[in-house]
Amino acid sequence: MLAFTLNRLIYVTPVAIGVTVVCFLLVHITPGDPLTAILPADATLELQEQMKAAYGFDKPLPVQYALWFWKVLHGDLGNSIATGRPVATEVLRAVKNTLILATVATMIGFTFGTLFGFVAGYFRDSWLDKLASFISVLGVSVPHYWLGMVLVIVFAAQLGWLPPTGAGPDGSGDWRPDAAHLRYIILPAVTMSVIPMGVIARTVRALVGDILSQDFVEALRAKGMSEFGVFRHVVTNAAPTALAVMGLQLGYLLGGSILIETVFSWPGSGFLLNAAIFQRDLPLLQGTILILAMFFVMLNLAVDVLQTALDPRIKRG
Amino acid sequence: MSSPSSSPVPTGQPLVETKDLTVDFTGGARPVRAVAGVDLTLGAGELVALLGESGSGKSVTLRALMRLLPERRATTGGSIRVDGRDVAALGRKELARFRGGTVAMIFQEPGLAFDPVYRVGDQIAEAVMRHEGVSRRSGRARALELFERVRIPSAATRLDNYPHEMSGGMRQRAMIALALACRPKVLLADEPTTALDATVQIQILLLLRELQREFGLAVIFVTHDIGVATEVADRIAVMYAGRIVERGDCRDVIRAPAHPYTRGLLFSRADHAFTKGTRLRTIPGSPPDLTALPPGCAFAPRCAEAMPACSAGVPEEIAASETHVARCILLRPGVQSRTDATAAA
Repeated sequence: MLAFTLNRLIYVTPVAIGVTVVCFLLVHITPGDPLTAILPADATLELQEQMKAAYGFDKPLPVQYALWFWKVLHGDLGNSIATGRPVATEVLRAVKNTLILATVATMIGFTFGTLFGFVAGYFRDSWLDKLASFISVLGVSVPHYWLGMVLVIVFAAQLGWLPPTGAGPDGSGDWRPDAAHLRYIILPAVTMSVIPMGVIARTVRALVGDILSQDFVEALRAKGMSEFGVFRHVVTNAAPTALAVMGLQLGYLLGGSILIETVFSWPGSGFLLNAAIFQRDLPLLQGTILILAMFFVMLNLAVDVLQTALDPRIKRG
Repeated sequence: MSSPSSSPVPTGQPLVETKDLTVDFTGGARPVRAVAGVDLTLGAGELVALLGESGSGKSVTLRALMRLLPERRATTGGSIRVDGRDVAALGRKELARFRGGTVAMIFQEPGLAFDPVYRVGDQIAEAVMRHEGVSRRSGRARALELFERVRIPSAATRLDNYPHEMSGGMRQRAMIALALACRPKVLLADEPTTALDATVQIQILLLLRELQREFGLAVIFVTHDIGVATEVADRIAVMYAGRIVERGDCRDVIRAPAHPYTRGLLFSRADHAFTKGTRLRTIPGSPPDLTALPPGCAFAPRCAEAMPACSAGVPEEIAASETHVARCILLRPGVQSRTDATAAA
């Protein structure tokens, strides 16, 4: 198991290095000079050269990359142009908030997704299947920012049960696991959970149908297993794929939540990314994308390892 | 190969008895009668081979005996009594005890009949635990015992194998071990050697025969291979289009087949074509479409000896010898075969 994990870690390394290269080049491929944002419009040529030297832009690209990579390895992602604070702290704080939101949303989505998926797969072509499938199709097709706004209108504006925006009552921008903060996470998490729910429900439905049509299910019945006993086997067979899909969904939510976080002003990475783009805060943008991409890589690695632990047919070693 | 009971209907209380068993599949566009009135009797310690080509209703008959057919799509008619009990009347819990406890099944593809993500030993232990309410430990102990009994080498380590880690022959041995795990009285074998190599086939057949004698099992052995059937069976029942067209003592049926279909099956075996220059005699045509069966004898359209009377009605069972019967009007007194008539002229 450990050997397998290390093996996968080696496979992941080139991907991770590729990611850093892309993030580094981001500064150079975006239209406009990276310095235009911080320099006054009437800056002299001399000042421009001075700033170029100060930021290291006068050196050849590979050298710039090596210097940047060295700093990244030491946790230094530079300072945000807008706030002047270190990018690493900003991003990690935002990522923590997003991680919390995405995890809660994935958990909600996974619970209901597997529930609907199993019901639909077991009672295929019945009205229960049609209902569950309808809900899951709705889940993947409804624009979630729209759903978010509708939920805000109904539960915050009209009923007044839940707060419409923010992560907590004090406005500090950090979510903490206590009763006061819990109310703030419900609306964004429910909105966000609709996507993984739909995807997982459809995957599990297909999976259960596929497993139930396999010979071994008949063999299980032939040896006198109860319906619950058969169900247990179906769950074990479906688990690796369902978990893999869940892991990928979590990954998507970590990076793809810009719209929801903006609608709910959730102080997460999507919100930060949005701000970085609009303020042309390149170091912040670069740092956010790098960290999110690394999360995705690590998540895939974790899913890989977990899947092997669950399904013996995926070769170890 | 002498057998204790060589009459078509064994005396005493039979272990398995079906009367006019029918199975209709209603799921498709048109209803299909896969089994159209099968009478089958089987005593303890007896091995009957159910012979026929694909789609003749052999496997469906087996599944009906265990009520394994999906209830929403298949309707079973007639009566099935196994070990003195009406299978159709079993409640949910009784049925679960019955399956695996009284009747066990060996499947054609042992590679697909085991759950791929559970260890083989655990899958056997699971059945023992369920039927006998024992601990996992005793279940595993029984599995080990059985693995040794079916001669799986290094049985103790093999228990921890996943199905994909075993060879086909070994998987089928494990499948037999699983089937015998809860000491059933009746064993249903659904083409247990079809998916195996020829050399492994023989080993599995011999093992089955040996275990059957040792445990006094009643076995229904489904196969499309007449060679395999003669190797193991006391009695043979030949199925065609959902009906048993000929049944009786194994030697009798093979030596003097009374139904043209059985004759066709025997002639189409490879050993009749080993003489150089002779062509393999085959049965013309293809298996019938079960949704559009001809009236009367279903084999008539492919039969070289068919006559107008064949379409009049499904032929009754007529004694062909003391120990075997067939559904062919040629056996009716006074009916002369066309080929005989031409030979006489």
